Amino acid sequence: MGFEVLLKGNNMIRLLTGLAVSLKISFISVAISIVLGVILGILMAFKNPVITVITRVYLEIVRIMPQMVLLFIVYFGTTKALGINLEAETAAVIVFSFWGTAEMADLVRGALLSIPVIQYESSISLGLNRFQTYRYVIVPQIIRRMIPLSINLITRMIKTTSLVMMIGIVEVLKVGQQIIEANRKASPTAAFGIFLVIFLLYFMACWPISMLSRYLEKKWEN
Amino acid sequence: MNLDVIISYIPLYIEAFFLTIRIGWLGILFALAIGLVVAFIMHFKIPFLSGIALVYIELFRNTPLLVQLFFIYFGLPKVGLSISAETCGFVGLGLLGGSYMAEVFRSGLESVPNSQTESALALGLSRKQLFLSVILPQAISQSVPGILANVIFLLKETSVFSAISLMDLMFTAKDLIGLYYDTKEALFLLVIFYIIMLLPVSVIGSFIEKKARFRTLGV
Amino acid sequence: MEEILKVNNVCKRYEDITVFENMNLTVKRGEVVVIVGPSGCGKSTFLRCLNALENIQDGEILLDGEKVDAASKNIGNIREKAGMVFQSYDLFPHLTVLQNLMLAPVKVKKRDKKEVEKEALTLLERVGLLTKKDSFPRQLSGGQKQRVAIVRALIMHPEILLLDEITAALDPEMVHEVLEVVLSLAKEGRTMIIVTHEMQFARAVADRMVFIDNGRIVEEGSPEEFFENPKSDRLKQFLQTFSY
Repeated sequence: MGFEVLLKGNNMIRLLTGLAVSLKISFISVAISIVLGVILGILMAFKNPVITVITRVYLEIVRIMPQMVLLFIVYFGTTKALGINLEAETAAVIVFSFWGTAEMADLVRGALLSIPVIQYESSISLGLNRFQTYRYVIVPQIIRRMIPLSINLITRMIKTTSLVMMIGIVEVLKVGQQIIEANRKASPTAAFGIFLVIFLLYFMACWPISMLSRYLEKKWEN
Repeated sequence: MNLDVIISYIPLYIEAFFLTIRIGWLGILFALAIGLVVAFIMHFKIPFLSGIALVYIELFRNTPLLVQLFFIYFGLPKVGLSISAETCGFVGLGLLGGSYMAEVFRSGLESVPNSQTESALALGLSRKQLFLSVILPQAISQSVPGILANVIFLLKETSVFSAISLMDLMFTAKDLIGLYYDTKEALFLLVIFYIIMLLPVSVIGSFIEKKARFRTLGV
Repeated sequence: MEEILKVNNVCKRYEDITVFENMNLTVKRGEVVVIVGPSGCGKSTFLRCLNALENIQDGEILLDGEKVDAASKNIGNIREKAGMVFQSYDLFPHLTVLQNLMLAPVKVKKRDKKEVEKEALTLLERVGLLTKKDSFPRQLSGGQKQRVAIVRALIMHPEILLLDEITAALDPEMVHEVLEVVLSLAKEGRTMIIVTHEMQFARAVADRMVFIDNGRIVEEGSPEEFFENPKSDRLKQFLQTFSY
């Protein structure tokens, strides 16, 4: 059924290397998204009208534009419009960070606003100063809300990186296709085995992270 | 940007737009059907089937649609299961979406407080009447914001259909860029058509979400 | 007078925790029994056993001569005979007031819609809520919701009404409007078992008082005797907590 191809030469290692490319892009993008998202989220919580309008438009773009369209715009569009020749991987990181930052910012804003006013009031009436209120009462609550959701963002990022093959990055799917092509004669059914294995590889990459996110969410639920 | 080029491209995009919408909505309907059935199975803890339902949800929520489509479209024919690209598109979207919709419906069912069950039983309603007249309507109205969020998500996911050579919006744009190098025009139309497809759903979604949030305050 | 409810040696246990045991209680038609006791004494659980929302581990409950058992085929019919009103009202939030009232008579008793609607409107008028017939529960105050919940139980023509701390979740100014309704039901001769913390109301409405503590009936008697002349120390202490 096409599994034998995997045992030939270093095919399995090549697939895993392909997966590593996807994972690398995801983790870099998540790291950037968290940093930028937290900053933007805090800015959004101030409810400045100018920031509100700009971020609304930004979030709406991210909400309705498929990541694939964004990838095309950044990868093909910049070359044409700005004359910059962007590396495909850089384009991917830009797009995923653009998307991830919006998601994180919205989560941070939501978490900030979800802390009931009474929490601030009771901290202050206990004699805590502004800094202490944030340090001991507000921020710990926000972090508990944020962490499971940010971990969840990692899995979505990993899944979405499968799209980067469409702009020519050699990741796991592309490697899979190459192996299938190379073994067309010897193993005509390779497509079944290879794509099933890639399916399971993605599952093994994402599932533990999903479980962790769910576990933390349950644990910190109040 | 060249206006003439844009105008000459529009008919191609319209055709691709309708193909995307058709397969997208078929897939979404399929996803809703799968989601409801799977949610019932899990809610009533039907033995054996709920085990399968759980595996299904985890598998499809933790893998990308593109990989699912490649497996269905290129992999399955090798073991004798061939389907057309269109069928593959909506089946794939339905399977992916079903795993998300199931979670929405299930948490909708769980959100109905136990005291509702008790007061319906105290009135003498049978288990079936309880489920159909009391639990289900509440569960579904609780699920509406989640369903709409998933509809947007699934409509966006249709952009990967081009990978199995369905001539959708993405495919058309890629094709035109490859053929004529009118990159700006092709990308511009791509964005416009996705806005036409998704902005209304998104606006309705936010509106209903706000309304739903307001409603839950005063039950 | 005819006996409508008979509770014989009933025990309720969860795993190794005994909520109550050897409960005995007989209620006659037209009688109003008020159960009081400290929180956690098992009085609400006891009430919920009477229409099989909780199952019992020992003994038997006879309602209008029929055995109350959650597993029995006609448990629906038995539950119709015992109308229950809960502390948290539990109206169906997706239905209007009128639909809330009509659901059970139409679906369970298969009664004619028009006729049920007429009765529902009459009952709503009686509790002063006719104008709210098309409102949704979220648009009502707590007291109004609870009055609707009482009507929802009444319209099933129950033999006995079980009221489980129906004013406990209400703001003080709304308690009165709900208790007024209950008092008028008592006057027209309804059979009721009421669990409450409102002592003045209990005294006004009860034919018989029952005091439960630690899973057993410690004392019962007429309201005068019960409040003026409590015999057990536990009851004396309990009544003390209500006076300042």
